[in-house]
Amino acid sequence: MYKIESKNVDFFYGSSQALKNINIAIKPNTVTALIGPSGCGKSTYLRLFNRMNDLIDNTKISGQILIDGDDIYAKGVNVDSLRKKVGMVFQKPNPFPKTIFENVAYGLRVNGISDKKIIEERVETSIKQVVLWDEVKDKLKKSAFELSGGQQQRLCIARALAIQPSIILMDEPTSALDPISTSKVEELIYELKTKYTIVIVTHNMQQAGRVSDTTAFFYMGELIEYDNTKTIFTNPKIERTQNYITGRFG
Amino acid sequence: MDVIDENKLAKSKKRKQAIAFWIFRILSYSVVAILFIILSFIVIKGISVINWNFISQMPEEGMTKGGIYPAIIGTLCLVAGSMLFAFPIGVMAAIYMNEYVKAGLIKKIIKQMTNNLAGIPSIVFGLFGMSLFVNKLGFGDSILAGSLTLGLLALPVVIRTTEESLKAVEDTFRQASLGLGASKWETTRKVVLPIAFPNIITGLILSIGRVSGETAPILFTVAAYFLPKLPTSIFDQAMALPYHLYVISTSGTNIEESRPIAYGTALVLIIIVLIANLLANALRKYFGKKVKMN
Repeated sequence: MYKIESKNVDFFYGSSQALKNINIAIKPNTVTALIGPSGCGKSTYLRLFNRMNDLIDNTKISGQILIDGDDIYAKGVNVDSLRKKVGMVFQKPNPFPKTIFENVAYGLRVNGISDKKIIEERVETSIKQVVLWDEVKDKLKKSAFELSGGQQQRLCIARALAIQPSIILMDEPTSALDPISTSKVEELIYELKTKYTIVIVTHNMQQAGRVSDTTAFFYMGELIEYDNTKTIFTNPKIERTQNYITGRFG
Repeated sequence: MDVIDENKLAKSKKRKQAIAFWIFRILSYSVVAILFIILSFIVIKGISVINWNFISQMPEEGMTKGGIYPAIIGTLCLVAGSMLFAFPIGVMAAIYMNEYVKAGLIKKIIKQMTNNLAGIPSIVFGLFGMSLFVNKLGFGDSILAGSLTLGLLALPVVIRTTEESLKAVEDTFRQASLGLGASKWETTRKVVLPIAFPNIITGLILSIGRVSGETAPILFTVAAYFLPKLPTSIFDQAMALPYHLYVISTSGTNIEESRPIAYGTALVLIIIVLIANLLANALRKYFGKKVKMN
């Protein structure tokens, strides 16, 4: 059984087609990297999995995206509960203008959890999961803006983990971070794989190579090649993939 | 081949740049100078009449003597009343426009109408207020009618500044909140509004500055020519600073004799607006800090 399946997905911004006939199947507890040059549609594709593109006016999708076998674009789907299941981490760290504690508690509160004990427990577990606990345990009541960029990004991951999703989407999560923070986040992705299915958009080829099990290469709205990361990086079947990975274009 | 004299070119570039920046410098200094001249003119002419009695006493002897206390109170009542009306409606309208309604015809229409509303001359608001609030709804010449009329005038300003403040909130905050399963309303209330709040407050106070100086909208809806007592309810008439200034400068019993009072009134009005602006800055800083703390 696949965790995520995408069948003949087309996507349009107004009249311009951003994704053409995308077919991908993702196994549970794996990391899938979406790579390709800017504007190739990889971020747009990622945002289909938690229906984030719904926020943009004048867009249209056809085809099917199944998560745990259910079509998430079917009529009557509860988008809020879908998003509870599919967490997201963004390009720039974007903690809310709240305390460190409240940032992680936010998702719990909006999902109707009000028991103080449960909230405290989940906040602590989530922050520990992202290996941030020792750094922030004494200043949970301080503003999240006081943390460094790398810490903020790990806090944002903790915020996503707190509501116990099964899928985590990451949109270039390290592009705004320094190398040390980046490697911490990468280690984290590796750890998180045991519990979650992760889809990550990245511009960094080495990163895709390091963290992912499978890689999908997008070019101009089309899925050019989708295979094991190892195969994609050492023995791609299509020349364009080879050229992109070796830096001959892109 | 080398026909360009590098030295000459550099000199001419430098000279052109110097001329351009000097023009800009002179122009921007002259803006400051004009403001300074107006302010000092009012201060010099008006400061002599300002004392505690002037701001705490009723006008006397056909407004040639005494104070402007009822006009100050009247203006404060009108400002408060108009904001009570315009602020909630304006903020809610802006939230609806920026956070809820999708791009399309309806949004375009609302936007265009708001802009049109901002372009209507204030005297037209006065006429409209008179026919709707004073006559049709039967409020009579009253603080209520005047506040509502001024509120209408302030509405587009409040809507626009609130909209700008909401637009300035980066979309990724909204996406992060929605991505956690929050509804649009929760996202707006718990994430977007707190971030935008300092700027919204600034807009509110700027519109206070605008409203407190308006004369035309209150002309037919609330302003009393001479009323040496304080209003006791929202259905009372009231004096107001800008109208008082107009009256004693054009149709008082003795215009020459009440001239100093006119300048004093102008100065008080300017001081009120100035205080509102300083307050805006202080509040923005305060809430800006608070947003980060919560």
